[in-house]
Amino acid sequence: MTDSAAHASVQAASGHAAPGPHALPVRVLLGTALALFALTAVTVAISRADLGAWNAVAALGIAAAKASLVALFFMHLKYQGRFKAVVFVASVVFAVLLVAFVVFDTTQYQADVRAAARAGAARR
Amino acid sequence: MTSRPGGGEAARPRFLAEHFESLEAQLETSTTGIWLFIASEVLFFGALFTAYGVWRANHHQLFHYAQHFLDWRLGALNTLVLITSSLSAAWSVRCAQLGRKSGLTATLGLTLALAGVFLVVKYFEYSHKLHNGLTWGASFHPSPEVLLSLPEAIRALPVPEHLGTFFTLYYLMTGLHGIHVLVGMGLFLWLIRRARRGDFGPGYYGPVDAVALYWHLVDTIWIFLFPLFYLV
Repeated sequence: MTDSAAHASVQAASGHAAPGPHALPVRVLLGTALALFALTAVTVAISRADLGAWNAVAALGIAAAKASLVALFFMHLKYQGRFKAVVFVASVVFAVLLVAFVVFDTTQYQADVRAAARAGAARR
Repeated sequence: MTSRPGGGEAARPRFLAEHFESLEAQLETSTTGIWLFIASEVLFFGALFTAYGVWRANHHQLFHYAQHFLDWRLGALNTLVLITSSLSAAWSVRCAQLGRKSGLTATLGLTLALAGVFLVVKYFEYSHKLHNGLTWGASFHPSPEVLLSLPEAIRALPVPEHLGTFFTLYYLMTGLHGIHVLVGMGLFLWLIRRARRGDFGPGYYGPVDAVALYWHLVDTIWIFLFPLFYLV
């Protein structure tokens, strides 16, 4: 979070700086939605091309970018106190760690599993 | 503004719970609570994405084949519907903060309607699959018509074993997401009733904010489900 955003959130929390709560400007709302529409078109376009393993990387990268836009602007994480960002980012980090380590682990044994299956088939 | 239980001071805002000093403190607490709930939802869906990752890593030909049973155009349509509903939900928070009652009711109603559109599209997808034997696990028996509808290059491949596992994951993950959409629709109905009663304004908009945050989470999960099932 930038200093100015942190400052703004402190002001919003104490309610002294501006009259009433911090409402998102229409420009930010529409801009975020347009960016999300555009990224949806991009991810569909990329999936039509055969990039091998890079297809999955591109799809997940674009999905992560879209999710960040939703969190930062629609969910106004950018303008909130730091604690909410810590809670949210920590949950995402641990979810990614879970997926990554389990997937790394399961692919480790594939050669053994296939060899055992072939041996089993040969014995039958 | 410090009123004690039973103090009966007239200045105390109507929706300020007894145990809070001020509406700001109440809002800050409820928003923190919703973020903690969102974190638990991220971890909950994280476990499902782990199951997806394990099955996909071990059977990527199966996923490559099965993905052609899904219509990416319907998935993309639903993505656009949910993004628009998120925009409308974020707008409703803005309307509540600025005290615009008619705008608040209109944006909440639009969000509810778009959530309905999402589920109608999902209903057509599910019923098409169920009629064609594209079901979960061992009950998976695709009809000859649906196999003929696959692209030529895919039809040339041998039909992989255990295609039903892909659909187990598909129904589990999109189904749980769909239940979240249903819950969201109930919450938006509740908000519309309260908004029409005039409960919300610049001082008190916590419930609108909380439900909108939940709704953005539902949108975010779909942002991942769409490419993982329909595209790659």
